[in-house]
Amino acid sequence: MSIDINTARKVAKLARIRVEEGDLPPLAEKLSGILGLMEQLNEVDVTGIDPMTSVTPQRLMRRADLVTDGDQQAAVLANAPDAREGFFAVPKVVE
Amino acid sequence: MSATWTISAARDALRKGEVSASDLTMACLTAIDAGDTLNAFVHKTPELALAQARAADARLKAGDAPSLCGIPLGIKDLFCIKDVPTQAGSNILRGFKPQYDSTVTTKLFGDGAVCLGKLNMDEFAMGSSNESSCYGPAVNPWKVDARQLTPGGSSGGSAAAVSADLCLGATGTDTGGSIRQPAAFCGITGIKPTYGRVSRYGIIAYASSLDQAGPMTKSVRDAAIMLGAMAGHDPKDSTSANIPVPDFEAALTGDIRGKKIGIPREYRMDGMSPEIAALWDKGADMLRAAGAEIVDISLPHTKYALPTYYIIAPAEASSNLARYDGVRYGHRAALSAGDGITEMYEKTRAEGFGPETQRRIMVGTYVLSAGFYDAYYNRARRVRALIKRDFELAFAAGIDCILAPATPTPAFGLGEQGTSDPVEMYLNDVFTITLNLAGLPGIAVPMGLDSKGLPLGLQLIGRAWGEADLLNHAYVLENSAGFVAKAQKWW
Repeated sequence: MSIDINTARKVAKLARIRVEEGDLPPLAEKLSGILGLMEQLNEVDVTGIDPMTSVTPQRLMRRADLVTDGDQQAAVLANAPDAREGFFAVPKVVE
Repeated sequence: MSATWTISAARDALRKGEVSASDLTMACLTAIDAGDTLNAFVHKTPELALAQARAADARLKAGDAPSLCGIPLGIKDLFCIKDVPTQAGSNILRGFKPQYDSTVTTKLFGDGAVCLGKLNMDEFAMGSSNESSCYGPAVNPWKVDARQLTPGGSSGGSAAAVSADLCLGATGTDTGGSIRQPAAFCGITGIKPTYGRVSRYGIIAYASSLDQAGPMTKSVRDAAIMLGAMAGHDPKDSTSANIPVPDFEAALTGDIRGKKIGIPREYRMDGMSPEIAALWDKGADMLRAAGAEIVDISLPHTKYALPTYYIIAPAEASSNLARYDGVRYGHRAALSAGDGITEMYEKTRAEGFGPETQRRIMVGTYVLSAGFYDAYYNRARRVRALIKRDFELAFAAGIDCILAPATPTPAFGLGEQGTSDPVEMYLNDVFTITLNLAGLPGIAVPMGLDSKGLPLGLQLIGRAWGEADLLNHAYVLENSAGFVAKAQKWW
């Protein structure tokens, strides 16, 4: 299976990355090449094998449900491209 | 000339008062400025370094200083250091100054290590040549003709800096070989620990189930010292293992008598360089001569590691890198009149991410999208379980350590690979990537020079949590190979 231009356009949209129309054909070609590599997995017999969910066999740690941090508004906003009045500022979302 | 020292030699000299941390740091800062051609250090921190060195000198004078007290290190650009630019080699994080420190750097600096600056790398650790960096590629100090060679990637700046004696050691991270491949290309030592041994907190994420930080050093002993300082349980990383950290340096006995070394036959691939094949045989002979038993083993799913990785890693990356949206940190694109939030996301990410990062995000988006999730992502996770089982069966049969090549070739020229076909570059990881999928530790050890005079390394693979034993095997290889060559200074 290969990725056509329409699929490349859709994937770019889903990934929220702007790709100009003229750049779609080479992108589709490179993505198809990578997909070609993945197709090798179709020859593996995975019957009865569960998908791996944990790299090392351990239970996720639990901790007490307590506040351990906070009051860091200035630090949280320090790197924002646009912060106003203690908030992140973005273009208008709701008309 | 103290910048040329190993960590262990500098430690001993510092403790005896033969050199001060400040002098050692100045020697490194001078070497770094003289090494700008290598493009290894991308953010220098001389003020921080000298302040830390003065504090280290006071601590050394008071006695009882940890091994790394006063040792100048380079830090990969992936590790957050408070108020020090941290960009993961990406334009999307231009200007980002973390408000907190990674656990690894907190531990290193807590022991008195000195931060010389941030080291070049492939963007978000995605690459094997350091060419997908927003700073331009780091350059390998090894040079045998007119060409400039890659130091490997993604920890290319770390490998180049250690190899060129700009620092005594460096941090790296390894998601598919990003410590071991550049270490082999630059003639240094690099260990990727067991997944969970070193905290990932404050390390910018690429593929969270594969990422693991480790040291890149001039000797196996240095790797043992530095790993001991980096490792340990961290409640801030939910996958960090709550198990004791052994004394890795004390494990370097040089005694591997009776150990069983596996030679995986599937790693002897078609088209393997005859020099690498010969080096591999030589490495096995050295371990045999040291009293180990060499055993032919099979890891049947090896050939599927590359496609498995290139599904799982991009899938995780597409999720991890969703956070770069132009809202909380880093770059935001200039918007046109009428642009809404979607245009802001799309333009910001198109401008901020380089081509390889964009491709991996899109591949990850594709394999996770409705209709393909089972066919690609879940299938890859099943094959990953089989790859891990291959190793478990080998170790259950009594194998202590596995010997394999580290890379299919020595360092290649900048611009020579992957320009038209990204998959060509991916093949660099063929010997290293299996470990990340299985979560196992692996170490690259420099073994010698090829016929052209470029360094070649071998890789040892250990049992989960078996870094101490792994380092001891590497120590034997290091002693047997006696690799002491250095790049001739041209920069």
